[in-house]
Amino acid sequence: MTITTTDPDYSPKTATTTAGRRIPDRLTPPMVRAIKSWESLLLLVAVGIFILNSFASPYFLDAWNLSDATFNFTEKAMIAFAMALLIIAGEIDLSVAAIIALASTAMGLMMQAGFDTPMIVATGLMTGLICGAFNGVLVTRLGLPSIVVTIGTMSLFRGISYIVLGDGAFRGYPESFSWFGQGYVFWVISTELAIFAILAVIYGVVLHKTNFGRAVYAVGNNATAAMFSGIRVARVKMILFLLTGLMSGLAAVCLTSRLGSTRPSIATGFELEVVTMVVLGGINILGGSGSIPGVVIAAFVMGLVTFGLGLLNVPGIVMSIVIGALLIGVIALPRLWQKFRRG
Amino acid sequence: MGNLAADASAAHPVLALDGITKTFPGVKALDSVRLHLFPGEVTALIGENGAGKSTVVKTLTGIYQPDSGQILMDGQPVQFPTAQSAADAGVTAIHQETVLFEELSVAENIYIGHAPRGAFKMIDRRKMRDDAARILTSIGAKIDPMVRLKDLGIASRHLVAIARALSIDARVVIMDEPTAALSQKEIEELYELVDHLKAQGKAILFISHKFDEIFRIADRWTVFRDGQFIGEGLMSEVDESDLVRRMVGRSVDQIYPKRAAVIGNEVLKVVGYSHATEFEDINFTLNRGEILGFYGLVGAGRSEFMQSLIGITRPTKGVTRVGGDICVIRSPADAVDAGIVYVPEDRGKQGAILDMPIFQNVTLPSLGRTSKNGFTRMAEEFALARTYTQRLDLRAASLDTPVGSLSGGNQQKVVIAKWLATKPRVIILDEPTKGIDIGSKAAVHDFMSELAAQGLSVIMVSSEIPEIMGMSDRVIVMREGRIAAELSGDALSPETLVRHAAGITAKGEAA
Repeated sequence: MTITTTDPDYSPKTATTTAGRRIPDRLTPPMVRAIKSWESLLLLVAVGIFILNSFASPYFLDAWNLSDATFNFTEKAMIAFAMALLIIAGEIDLSVAAIIALASTAMGLMMQAGFDTPMIVATGLMTGLICGAFNGVLVTRLGLPSIVVTIGTMSLFRGISYIVLGDGAFRGYPESFSWFGQGYVFWVISTELAIFAILAVIYGVVLHKTNFGRAVYAVGNNATAAMFSGIRVARVKMILFLLTGLMSGLAAVCLTSRLGSTRPSIATGFELEVVTMVVLGGINILGGSGSIPGVVIAAFVMGLVTFGLGLLNVPGIVMSIVIGALLIGVIALPRLWQKFRRG
Repeated sequence: MGNLAADASAAHPVLALDGITKTFPGVKALDSVRLHLFPGEVTALIGENGAGKSTVVKTLTGIYQPDSGQILMDGQPVQFPTAQSAADAGVTAIHQETVLFEELSVAENIYIGHAPRGAFKMIDRRKMRDDAARILTSIGAKIDPMVRLKDLGIASRHLVAIARALSIDARVVIMDEPTAALSQKEIEELYELVDHLKAQGKAILFISHKFDEIFRIADRWTVFRDGQFIGEGLMSEVDESDLVRRMVGRSVDQIYPKRAAVIGNEVLKVVGYSHATEFEDINFTLNRGEILGFYGLVGAGRSEFMQSLIGITRPTKGVTRVGGDICVIRSPADAVDAGIVYVPEDRGKQGAILDMPIFQNVTLPSLGRTSKNGFTRMAEEFALARTYTQRLDLRAASLDTPVGSLSGGNQQKVVIAKWLATKPRVIILDEPTKGIDIGSKAAVHDFMSELAAQGLSVIMVSSEIPEIMGMSDRVIVMREGRIAAELSGDALSPETLVRHAAGITAKGEAA
């Protein structure tokens, strides 16, 4: 189709050949964006709970008590970091608690066979990695939905643990092994808290400052467009399943060391607490968005609530009700606020 | 528009917009606009992307609420607080990418929300099926109402959407780029359908970027520009250049900006590419600085072949040579490494990641260059993104805004910028100007010839004959998965293109 015009007012030159106008990088400065973010809201909640707790119980504001409180979340948070990346990429792993059980069982077997701490720890980590690989292969090679695969492996991994142990338990881990779950690196800073802090920094950098982190977001937002853009989607997902497995293995090392024994029922229900922590941290359960700082704050929020209620002698079952209500409340609040403002 | 006052009083509009204003943060999408739709007439709404057409459609269908102004039906003010209330008032829309339910049957899609009820208010499935069959027959669609929607092609899905509009017994039918995905034959069928709707006294709002369509089908025109009402009138009183001038506020020279290119050595050679079902025995070469057009009807296997070439689907056999060397391409990542990039037809699903910011979309395949040791560097990313988006004259508030917030034309510019930033040797553009406005279209065409002049080799898949004729140095016509003809010079004409694409010897007899 050709359109010509004889109107002398208009020159027959396309208006688009001129160089484009300059587009600014961003309109909202990063600081303003950070202040308006989900993480800021969550931080306010955390501070609120902290203040509330310090009024509610005279034992709360004590360095050693607070240090003890961190054990409520450190092991779960280790897994939550990897889970956060996995959920951002649009997948999920519900078998993490079962991986802890299997890894702990494998460590117990090594201990009974007479191996010392380094070999026991390596076994725990390797078991986690192998379980992660198993999940990853089923999801990326066979194209199965991860929620279904990991519900399956959840029963499978823990089932193996029950077959090995039955009603029994492994006890008598070496003295040096207790360092992971009971040791302190400096004053009130426990080994677990130190591992948590180091992992928080590593995962934060990986997700927010590397090409791999960018690929994770791209895959979670639109896997097809990411694939068309030359991102190896299956490889990204496989790495994330491996990482989640490895972190579950690490959590198994810490938890087994802290408890000093292995039972097949170890870490029951951890998977839901990990997912709760991730979602509370502002990670979109449908994938594509969220941040590691959010997960870190969410870990503290959950730890503080559990600890505060514990000091007040609130039973465990009520605690889970409170955590559940907190999750729904914190997620629903922004929506309700928006509705309220629109009228 | 003084001569229209007398005319408007002759017939009363079924639906009118009066002084409608709609503001979004930072943008006045509609600024006191008017619109009149008359029974038994087609009104074409014309404007560039960003003129406010989509906002009008969303206002008419109850998705957006206007800040001020009135919607009048039969002269009475009405309000559409929900999509349901607009449907109840008899306003229905057939969208660019029609929203239907893939897993439901055709009949269920047609009647969802208003299915015929039988005993105990249960859905009367038999009546629903029979009614659906009757409507489909009445519009000449040979579709089984019990087939699941996902088993139908795009053209058939459009017919289902139209059947749905008829089932509601709408008084106002809005057609938003209904022909964008249709082949020439299917478009002709759509025209007949529109005539059919007109005869039933329905008022039709027709939104299209294609002027030949507008002149073929519309009785009236209304032009918007930058959210403002520019004018309205009868089609019989205007010509194309009048409308274009009103639409863009300037004259757009639509003569294709193809430059005489210096065509160099062979860059890409494809030998014997075959696939089990989609295409067979594709052979061609592409030279430096050349624009090679791929023409064919929808479903001829052009996109399927291109996606196989960049490693998305595996061919059963076939060899690719880039610059003389055999290249094994098993994934898009391999293709990018080999210097072959693909701008897909489906921008929203395959081209752009709509929720991610512009700069991250642009740098996604080039992260290796903007990063250091695997760590991203924001400054480098912004610089790269700015360089390429500015060359394409992107219109955006900032490089940090999500691509999804841009108009279709600007989204396409982001996708093209993304691929140019990889410094490719061959760029494959699949329907590069589909559904984008004239201004953006001209920018894309202009840029395409500039790239070819700089030595980039371009493959352009297009179903628009003027575009193929205007831009290509050489054209390959595909039909039913095979190369039907390779045309250039004097052999290249609209008639030969259509003849080879449809596989007929005389013009006009569709295959």
